[in-house]
Amino acid sequence: MIFELNEEQKLIRQTVREFAENEIKPSAAERDESESFDRALMYDKIGELGLAGIVFPEEYGGAGADYISYAIAVEELSRVCASTGVTLSAHLSLGANPIFLFGTEEQKKKFLTPLAEGTKLGAFALTETAAGSDAGGTKTTATRDADSWILNGTKIFCTNGGEAEINIVFARTDKNAQKHHGISAFIVEKDTPGFSFGKKESKMGIRSSPTRELVFDNCRIPADNLLGEEGSGFKVAMKTLDGGRIGIAAQALGIAQGAYDAALEYARERKQFEQPIASFQAIQFKLADMATEIEAARLLIYQAAYRASAGLPYGQHSAMAKMYASDVAMKVTTEAVQIHGGYGYTRDFPVERMMRDAKITQIYEGTNEIQRVVIGAAITR
Amino acid sequence: MNLDLNEEQKLIQQTAREFAEAELAPVAAQLDQGGDQQPFFDNLLKLAELGFMGLNVRETYGGAETGVVAFSVALTEIARAYASTAVTLSVNNMVCEVIQAVGNEEQRQKYIPRICSGEYLAGAFALTETGAGSDPAGMTTSAVRDGDDWLINGSKLFITSAPYAGVFVVWAITDKTAPKGKGISCFLVEANTPGLSIGKKEEKMGQHASATNELIFNDCRIPQNALMGKLNAGFRIAVGELAGGRIGIGSLALGVGLAAIDAATAYSLDRKQFGKRLADFQSTQWKIADTYTELEAARLLLMNAAYQKEQGRPFARAASMAKLFASETANRACYEALQIYGGYGYTQDFPVERYARDARITSIYEGTSEIQRLIIAREILAGFS
Repeated sequence: MIFELNEEQKLIRQTVREFAENEIKPSAAERDESESFDRALMYDKIGELGLAGIVFPEEYGGAGADYISYAIAVEELSRVCASTGVTLSAHLSLGANPIFLFGTEEQKKKFLTPLAEGTKLGAFALTETAAGSDAGGTKTTATRDADSWILNGTKIFCTNGGEAEINIVFARTDKNAQKHHGISAFIVEKDTPGFSFGKKESKMGIRSSPTRELVFDNCRIPADNLLGEEGSGFKVAMKTLDGGRIGIAAQALGIAQGAYDAALEYARERKQFEQPIASFQAIQFKLADMATEIEAARLLIYQAAYRASAGLPYGQHSAMAKMYASDVAMKVTTEAVQIHGGYGYTRDFPVERMMRDAKITQIYEGTNEIQRVVIGAAITR
Repeated sequence: MNLDLNEEQKLIQQTAREFAEAELAPVAAQLDQGGDQQPFFDNLLKLAELGFMGLNVRETYGGAETGVVAFSVALTEIARAYASTAVTLSVNNMVCEVIQAVGNEEQRQKYIPRICSGEYLAGAFALTETGAGSDPAGMTTSAVRDGDDWLINGSKLFITSAPYAGVFVVWAITDKTAPKGKGISCFLVEANTPGLSIGKKEEKMGQHASATNELIFNDCRIPQNALMGKLNAGFRIAVGELAGGRIGIGSLALGVGLAAIDAATAYSLDRKQFGKRLADFQSTQWKIADTYTELEAARLLLMNAAYQKEQGRPFARAASMAKLFASETANRACYEALQIYGGYGYTQDFPVERYARDARITSIYEGTSEIQRLIIAREILAGFS
């Protein structure tokens, strides 16, 4: 048993923290306000740092690091800007990882390598208007036509949508199959005729990360772009989301850590009744609980990440980590605003944005309600 | 980062689990309800023979020298079956560790092997007083030099294992003029020392087999060499060395919480209402999911604290976090488990009723949750400047 980061992991934390503090943080508030995605900053530079494919083997353009290193990178980015954190998480865990897990050698060379190298951006399109927590409600279809598949339908809430060159799209390939049977996964490149982008969501938080509708209107893609076996799409989606939860858990952790750091600093400086508010037990107890729960969340994430890299089953662990870390993020950001008082409610302080950003972590990548059902069912099976 | 137990730790965990299931679980209910208490003592002796009274104590003194992580996992397994046995084990281990850390060679050789071997069924800490709970520096028990001896006067409260402890670690004021906390010393007092008597036995909500008594010192004369550590430096022992006990109590709390939710989960797979098993209802699944998630987080916090201590690093903050989180979580786990059982859970036909009572003290003793938060906050704020 070793409860400490190795040198490589420590170096990654230091490198990403410096980058995040110096380059990402200064524009976080403005990008939130203007809902702007700065790809050169929020993705290209991350690719240059070697983070875009950090967990993938070097032969596919990755850095060959482990999942703890990945979690650290997402945490550090999210600590200053949750939108940048989710850009990497959605790209790596949801866009690139299913190709690594289920792709053919050819698909890995063609699609995974540019994603891992950071020259192309990835996205994942599963959700539809009627298929949220219940992915079995997928209505988008893919019909075989000679050497092609023809996609029709609409996906919503796609992170990196409109920006990503490579999209993992789930569509029903067997109309007779029920629920989660008969769904397949496809790789769809941007600029394919019949593939367009619809409404860009205006959101409460992670406003600098684009969330967009993807529209497929007789969109013809090569038969080679089927990812995994025909009809195995639900499995592809679920396996992908197992890993994705580590990314979102790390994002939530980063948000919580950022809010806690801000609250701690503020509590030491802010004076009321002639003393720093940090000298009051009410504030000290809040800080102690925040720090304890952040530490608990971090250990749950490291455990899931450790298991993922060690080749051990980790689906239940990543579900626990995601659910717990996101609930902690919501609680900690709410308390951080409380410690700031009225100032915390203004946009002059970052905790206001962090609290808005935290909310989505309880919802996406499987709502926490779904995580509880998944965990509860796994235990009582 | 490697979060797996090593082979030795796994073996100790397995040994503790098997012993707990075979020897502790079958007698827990009757011990709790005031039946024949002999099995409780028999089991302490057997656990001593297995090496569980000095898990993190050097072999030279009769310890098992297996480390803090092993201590933590062993306590959790013991507590899954019976918390009273676990708390006795935790205190015994900590008495050995404190004597090993602070005592002189003579004191170590005299007392540690006796606790480790079971010759003494228990050791005990005597810190708390009526007016000195969370604020132990407010104690009034005094030790005054009388020739070559010390004379102790005063009384201590809530002393775990008092009636069957062979030796007591006792804190007393040795310099009344010193500022608060600066004039306290630590002594080793043997049972049956004239002037030392065991007072009122507390009637408690839970952890019934573990005795909790008042300790009365009435001109209790102890030799000069009964002083442990430096004169007037005793308070540091109380606040420093006892941090290790928090890992013990946190581990105990984890065991009780796991026992409760394990039982409730099994019950939910059996019990049917509205034509379905309780486990098939989302509300039950959620209770189970939340409880196991939080207990898993507690376990990791405990392992982290144990690991840091084992590596010889500062661990006070990690131990307080683990103790706070594990004890609060264990209480919640017992609450939810009892709720899953419904009315049956409120009866003594099922063990959750006992688990819920046994868990309640874990957020109080060995430093209340409020004190843990103060310690954590102090460390945070100190680290910041």
